[in-house]
Amino acid sequence: MLRLSATGLGCVRGFRNVFNDLNLQLSSGDALALTGPNGAGKSSLLRLLAGLLRPSAGRVAFEGDTDEGAVAERAHYLGHLDAFKTALTVGENIEFWIHYLGGEHDAAPALAAVGLESLEHLPAAYLSAGQRRRLSLARLIAVSRPLWLLDEPASALDSAGQEMLAGLMRTHLARGGMIVAATHGPLGIECKELQLGRSNQ
Amino acid sequence: MTALAALLVRDMRLAVRIGGGALMGVLFFLIVVTLTPFAIGPDLVLLERIGPAILWIGALLASLLALDRLFAADHEDGSLDLLLMGSAPLELTVLTKALAHWITTGLPLVIATPLLGLFLNLEPQAIGAVVLTLLAGTPALTCIGLIGAALSVALRRGGLLLPVLVLPLTVPVLIFGVAASNAAITGSGFGAPFMILCALTLGSLVLGPLAAGAALRQGVE
Amino acid sequence: MALIDLANPTRFLALVARALPWLAAATALAFACGLYLSWFTAPDDYQQGATVKIMFVHVPNAWLAMGVWTVMSIASIGTLVWRHPLADVAAKAAAPLGAAFTFLALFTGALWGRPMWGTYWVWDARLTSVLVLFLMYLGIIALWRTVDDPSRAGRAAAILTLVGAVNLPIIKFSVDWWNTLHQPASVIRLGGPAIHPAILTPLLTMALAFGLLFVTLHLAAMRNEILRRRVRAMGLMQAHAAQGA
Repeated sequence: MLRLSATGLGCVRGFRNVFNDLNLQLSSGDALALTGPNGAGKSSLLRLLAGLLRPSAGRVAFEGDTDEGAVAERAHYLGHLDAFKTALTVGENIEFWIHYLGGEHDAAPALAAVGLESLEHLPAAYLSAGQRRRLSLARLIAVSRPLWLLDEPASALDSAGQEMLAGLMRTHLARGGMIVAATHGPLGIECKELQLGRSNQ
Repeated sequence: MTALAALLVRDMRLAVRIGGGALMGVLFFLIVVTLTPFAIGPDLVLLERIGPAILWIGALLASLLALDRLFAADHEDGSLDLLLMGSAPLELTVLTKALAHWITTGLPLVIATPLLGLFLNLEPQAIGAVVLTLLAGTPALTCIGLIGAALSVALRRGGLLLPVLVLPLTVPVLIFGVAASNAAITGSGFGAPFMILCALTLGSLVLGPLAAGAALRQGVE
Repeated sequence: MALIDLANPTRFLALVARALPWLAAATALAFACGLYLSWFTAPDDYQQGATVKIMFVHVPNAWLAMGVWTVMSIASIGTLVWRHPLADVAAKAAAPLGAAFTFLALFTGALWGRPMWGTYWVWDARLTSVLVLFLMYLGIIALWRTVDDPSRAGRAAAILTLVGAVNLPIIKFSVDWWNTLHQPASVIRLGGPAIHPAILTPLLTMALAFGLLFVTLHLAAMRNEILRRRVRAMGLMQAHAAQGA
């Protein structure tokens, strides 16, 4: 049973106080949706949890861990950009992340899970926007990490894609994973909600 | 395949597939060497005397070419964020990218040097000396350039910023590289400047990734 | 078959498939004649001995170096002005060939000059101009490889080729003038002695042979490029089709 806890988090971007004294707790199987207007700090909070942004106050850690760097190594971050190279094939892109992030699975099943298995040998440059998003999601399937930090994951996906995404998230939660997702619309799964942009708790 | 080996293979693949690959640096090197006689005249004796200097300056400028894309390309497509979330220490990740850059840019320059030495009428002994000093010195150029590349990711401005930041730091490498080459040609005192050149390279192998890592952590915020 | 049919890639491929074996045979025949004439009937030079025969390879290559850039320029006009569908294919296929001929011209020039000059390279006007031409070829090839989309790459390369065509006489003039500023120690002209009929026949035969070689290789390269683009189009269609799945 894994628990993620963030206590007293503060975030300052460009002399602006985005939020302060934010707390959250997640256990295995929990999903948290971050909502709020643009600029409220949803993306900043995700990057903070991923370790890409340093908080002005507070700390983030998995329960029992004393080393804060461990969160970054046990989390997937899915930002607005899809993090693939157009000069490589679809398969080469996924295989690179498998080797670099330390996954145990092969490329083909991960691509099949997102419906891209027939495109494995094509240059990634040929993919449409929705297919690129799916390629990023394939990375989450190929490498198992307990925490998923997703920044508007459903953007660029059509309704079939959004259903697939919901299915992937449900499977991940059922296996004991955790999800924190910034979103403007419903995610299609059961989740708690954290609204940013008001007076924060 | 380990994480860093996968990164090395990926970066080398990208360097070869994107743009002109390794040969762009060599082409630039060739152009710099070709331009020189237009400026100073086709006097073969003069060209032979300053040949090592021309080759060193050409290699230095050509080395810097691919450097500004080193981190910027990853930053632009979001890969840099993920590279920071791997289990390998950031400094080693940065060093691996530097190694890929040296193999695909620096090493071809060293290999092209004998041919370019012919254009400058250098004796075989002189060519050998320049090749050896470039082999020892180009890793330093890459690692020092790493620092500028990491800093310019944060600042998000391109153009001449990277060369302006990096070139002053490469002055010691240039001084001792050319001095060692010239010493080998005249036949005396090669050891001292060459040892210092090697020391500079070894030092930059440590300092470069450390500084670049710190700059990158700032840069992704 | 009208010229307009050549604009259709499929018809073009059919034409090339029929013509290529004949062209290859003609090239081989021309080389056989040319090499025989060069080696056996052309006289040795009183000053340079048998090494003067390198000129039978060097001079045609130098002519082709310029000639291929002309072909590329015409193809570039075809791309920009007439929008001929095969024009950028012709330009792209010609560039590496032109670079190869230029390189051979430089290489044979260096070999020819070595016994006379004592070094492999002097910065004399003609060799230097050819070197600059070589750099420009490499630049065009680099441009083709950098831009992904073939038609955008074609237009960019066409502009650069025409700019180069305008610049080449200027560069040639500048390099000649630069050379007169600095008188080198010995003035050896690569042109050799006055053109003697016994030299003219082998020279023209070798020039014909190299020209046929270029045409053969160029058509084959154009065919390859068309096929390459078809593979790319099929890949794009496959990716697009998979979206419905």
